[in-house]
Amino acid sequence: MRQVVGLILLLVVVAFLVWGVLDIHPFGYPPSDMDDYIIENAQEETGSNNVVASVVFDYRGLDTLGEATILFTAVTGVLLLLRTRKRREESS
Amino acid sequence: MLSKIVRTVANQLILFILIFGLYVIMHGHLTPGGGFQGGAVVVSGVVMLLVAFSSKDLQKSLRERFLSIMESTGALIFAILGFAGIGTVFFYNFLVGTSIFGRIPPTGPNPGDIWTGGVIPLMNLAVGLKVIAGLSAVVLAMALFSIGEEIEE
Amino acid sequence: MMEHIPLNFPFLAAALLAGVAFYIIIFKRNLIKLIMGIALLASAVNLFLVALGYRAGGNAPIYTDVPPGPMVLPVPQALTLTSIVINVAVLALMLTMVVHIYRHTGDIDSKKSRRLKG
Repeated sequence: MRQVVGLILLLVVVAFLVWGVLDIHPFGYPPSDMDDYIIENAQEETGSNNVVASVVFDYRGLDTLGEATILFTAVTGVLLLLRTRKRREESS
Repeated sequence: MLSKIVRTVANQLILFILIFGLYVIMHGHLTPGGGFQGGAVVVSGVVMLLVAFSSKDLQKSLRERFLSIMESTGALIFAILGFAGIGTVFFYNFLVGTSIFGRIPPTGPNPGDIWTGGVIPLMNLAVGLKVIAGLSAVVLAMALFSIGEEIEE
Repeated sequence: MMEHIPLNFPFLAAALLAGVAFYIIIFKRNLIKLIMGIALLASAVNLFLVALGYRAGGNAPIYTDVPPGPMVLPVPQALTLTSIVINVAVLALMLTMVVHIYRHTGDIDSKKSRRLKG
């Protein structure tokens, strides 16, 4: 019974995804107002040849700060979980 | 611990992997690459050392205190560079036009000049330090946990 | 000159990959296979993001020795970079929790490790 309900839900979700994908812009001709401005003016405003690096660190630097915070938190969480119990037995 | 041939080749190869990773990090404003990609290259070199030598031998060289200081330094430098241009906006590129990393490249296709980019090469270095320290600590802790010990001070 | 690819095939491939990933997440009970399904869903989303920004006949958006012609859009590539790093961090945390579950209950079936022990 649970398998049948799961299968019907899966088919509904995949049908919505495929129906949505067929309605976006044709592949290869995207709408690009903001990106045209960024490609034109990235060399004078930020001074670097790599437009992707200037988008990641200059035009959208706040997203990179959030991503660095997520990396820091995940590393702290992993190092916190991987401790064994040997120290408590030695000290008591 | 693998055989003697593997250990010798790994000892020689780690130097080239480190230099290539540092090249990808430092030229992040001229070629494809940057902080995250160069950090991943260096961490894959550390994983090669972890496979060739056993994790107990590697633990004597990479202490946890050194990795923790390196990661916190990278995060602090990134945050300070964000706050340094607070006169205009948060994360303002305040080094364009001044003397450190401040030249402006000519418009259109050109061979790259490394002293351009403003605050972007410094941010690449900070993020590269953070990724190297964080991911190699995670890999070392997982390898030590699977043989029953923990990463220690 | 405007040759459209029929049915938007790269977007359709990303949607079908997401469908396969959802099938794995719903129907499999082994915890390692669940994590593989989540990683496959992340790869489908990254492929969709990069395919959204393609311009026909474009070059990489880097001005160092670039051949003449239009450039691909740079903003979806920046979003994909952030998405890849976040997925690596979350996957590392999930794998650590699976290692702990195996050490405490001795089984990685998701039905048996659902009960709370006293």
